[in-house]
Amino acid sequence: MAKYVANRLFAMLITLWIIVTITFFLMHAIPGSPFNQERNTSEAVQRNLEAHYHLNEPVFVQYFIYLKSLATLDFGPSIKQSSTSVNEMIGRGFPVSAELGMLSLAIAVISGVILGIFAALKHNGTIDYIAMTFAVIGISVPNFIMATLLIQQLAVNWEIFPVATWSSPMHMVLPAVALATGPMAIIARLTRSSMIEVLNQDYILTAKAKGMSTYQIVIKHAMRNALLPVITILGTLVAGVLTGSFVIEKIFAIPGMGKYFINGINDRDYPVIMGTTVFYSAFLIMMLFIVDIAYGILDPRIKLHKRGN
Amino acid sequence: MSLPEKTNKGTPYTPDDLFVPLENSSYNVDHIAKPSVSYWKDAWIRLRQNKLSMAGLIVLILLILMAVFGPIISPYSYDHQVLTNGNQAPSSEHWFGTDNLGRDMFTRTWNGARISLFVGFMAAFIDFIIGVAYGGFSGYKGGRVDNFMMRIIEILYGLPYLLMVILLMVVMGPGLFTIIVALTVTGWVGMARIVRGQVLQLKNSEHVLASRTFGASAGRVIRKNLLPNTMGPIIVQMTLTVPTAIFAEAFLSFLGLGVQAPIASWGVMANDGLSAILSGHWWRLFFPAFFISLTMFAFNVLGDGLQDALDPKLRK
Repeated sequence: MAKYVANRLFAMLITLWIIVTITFFLMHAIPGSPFNQERNTSEAVQRNLEAHYHLNEPVFVQYFIYLKSLATLDFGPSIKQSSTSVNEMIGRGFPVSAELGMLSLAIAVISGVILGIFAALKHNGTIDYIAMTFAVIGISVPNFIMATLLIQQLAVNWEIFPVATWSSPMHMVLPAVALATGPMAIIARLTRSSMIEVLNQDYILTAKAKGMSTYQIVIKHAMRNALLPVITILGTLVAGVLTGSFVIEKIFAIPGMGKYFINGINDRDYPVIMGTTVFYSAFLIMMLFIVDIAYGILDPRIKLHKRGN
Repeated sequence: MSLPEKTNKGTPYTPDDLFVPLENSSYNVDHIAKPSVSYWKDAWIRLRQNKLSMAGLIVLILLILMAVFGPIISPYSYDHQVLTNGNQAPSSEHWFGTDNLGRDMFTRTWNGARISLFVGFMAAFIDFIIGVAYGGFSGYKGGRVDNFMMRIIEILYGLPYLLMVILLMVVMGPGLFTIIVALTVTGWVGMARIVRGQVLQLKNSEHVLASRTFGASAGRVIRKNLLPNTMGPIIVQMTLTVPTAIFAEAFLSFLGLGVQAPIASWGVMANDGLSAILSGHWWRLFFPAFFISLTMFAFNVLGDGLQDALDPKLRK
């Protein structure tokens, strides 16, 4: 176990380093410096600015400067908003995004699992068909369209929820639901198929023969095994929620990390793009790692050190 | 169930009158009761029974037909602006209404279908080429080569897909060509993994050994023995790649990184329509949004159906 964790941590570092390297050289492959655009600066000011951001150094030197600052968790300054650093942006944006992400993941997991279980219990019945049609629609409708529909109906026409921004729990409902529909549909489908498989096993039959109620069988026996596949895709779902939050935050004008990332892209603010990308990637890799470990603990059939062969 | 009577010694008793010679006609062992059905025909028969998947297939064919002929049958061109005619509701003149610049939404929608479907199919096709070459080679070679190639795949698989696509789009600049490149640079990994897994399973089967005994080259074995048997999972993967690519294109366009005006993809149109919906011009969002969702729906249900139909384990 300890050896496996150590191996995985090492692999994570390698992956992260590769991401940093790719991101860095991609960003520096773009011709021109961030300062030779609309601003009218004199030659001297230009040179001073470039020197301040180490832009006058060879690319490789810049690369090592960047790696060094990353090692101390310093993502560097923003070029376009010179008063704020990328660290400050992450510090301000991440709690908001995390709140939104956790909320929608919770919605997705809870409602997806419930939907999937009911569909499996009524396999090939009406509830099954309704739930699964619902799920396919959930997968098919992109979240930005779902968000707009929700705003149009629930916020503009019926005025139940506020249209945008992020201040009270009521403000959180629509964006969280819009972000949750896709993952919810995926979870519902997965839960259903693994639940059907589990319900057909002998030990469930035994439980039924003992006279247990359906409720007890599902909660006590079936769910444990049926939810294992759901845990495996949780890592991927976190990635989906995270990228999905870019558009959701844009639509609902939520001051999260996605906003800074998108603004960074629109402004071509390279340190911001690099910093947020590296942060997102590190976060995602961390989540995948946690999911893997959790899976190994929850499923005794899996021996951690043997995985991947 | 009635058990055969038992003798005192406990062995089953079989009466002598059961031992009669068979009639001559039943010796005709060459006779086949049912005409033999090929893999593809069998899959097609099973796919046809899945109503939802067939609906998806029909919708897809209609969408492709409309993408081809829609802009041709329309009297308007997708980028012709009539500013005095802006934001017209759907009517007999403009079936899907007009946008804020007075461009005909019907023409733009089907023009957008061309872009979105093109992106989807191209991404799937290029994924297929790279994934099959890489996965096939890796799985066939095995050993150290396979180990090394799979390490690369593992690292690439750990990269957040859409984040990398966004980065690539920032670097390469928006455009139809760059979208396809960005989607495939990161997208082929899934296909390669599937092909490699299948090839690894198949390469020690008898028909491959036989082929190699006859001196077939590696290329021939891969082409003739391994690929045809891997086609099922590959096709399923492709059907699921197309909606992912269409979604990614819409997503990028929505962030302003997609194709550039005046070209209209569904994502661009949905982005334009977003602000229009608050002023009541619902049709400007509805049509692109509806067709994105419909296309994704059709591909998803078709993919699900194909998954069941092409899985030999489910064959009756």
